[in-house]
Amino acid sequence: MAAKGHLEVTESDDVTIVRFLDRKILDEANIQELGQELFDLVETERRAKILLNFQNVEFLSSAALGKLITLDRKQKAQQGELKLSNIRPEIYEVFAITKLNKLFEIFDDESDALAAF
Amino acid sequence: MLPSQLGAGDSLLDSLLTQLEAFCWEQRDAFGIRLAVEEALVNAIRHGNCLDCGKRVHVKCQLTAEEFWIRIEDEGDGFDPNGLPDPTAPENLEVPSGRGVMLMRNFMSLVEYNEQGNCVEMGKRRSDLASAE
Repeated sequence: MAAKGHLEVTESDDVTIVRFLDRKILDEANIQELGQELFDLVETERRAKILLNFQNVEFLSSAALGKLITLDRKQKAQQGELKLSNIRPEIYEVFAITKLNKLFEIFDDESDALAAF
Repeated sequence: MLPSQLGAGDSLLDSLLTQLEAFCWEQRDAFGIRLAVEEALVNAIRHGNCLDCGKRVHVKCQLTAEEFWIRIEDEGDGFDPNGLPDPTAPENLEVPSGRGVMLMRNFMSLVEYNEQGNCVEMGKRRSDLASAE
């Protein structure tokens, strides 16, 4: 298990599981750092299958959504896969309002998401 | 009054959440208010005042057990809130603007800008009372 900056990164077979260490993904400086850590997984480490587990996340702003959208684009450009799981209802509503629940593959829990890769 | 620095509203937001909990507002309402105020403050500081240290953000806020109201005014030129791109359109998914205002409008009962577009008023009546009426 590797925890660096804002993320905890683990492996399950060939899937990279990413858990957020911050409960609130709101602060713009943190979002910039967090975004770069996510982009490094795709661009530097070339992780082909990434699961983002939102279990710890209680708040999330529109700036964070922007980073997730960019991450999705980068991952798709490399023919990689990105899935999301464990999103609490209030945050899922944020995805639904902005229709990003259509862009991302979202699963109730980690095991469901892992089975879908 | 808040300085034009990102994160300047953190203590206001923390205090607001504490008060919402003290008044037993539902979790979804508290989440929505927190998010809407955060988005409005970031808009005022980053886009309104352009992070200019010489400019301030003026905040007036009222919270009771039944209702929340806030006015956030920046010292910038303002913008047209109706001229924002639709962030849900496929061609705009990568465009950063518009998503915050959309979330504000969805989570709050009232979102109104002044004509100049540098001042927003938002209000919310707690959901358990609103649905009982």
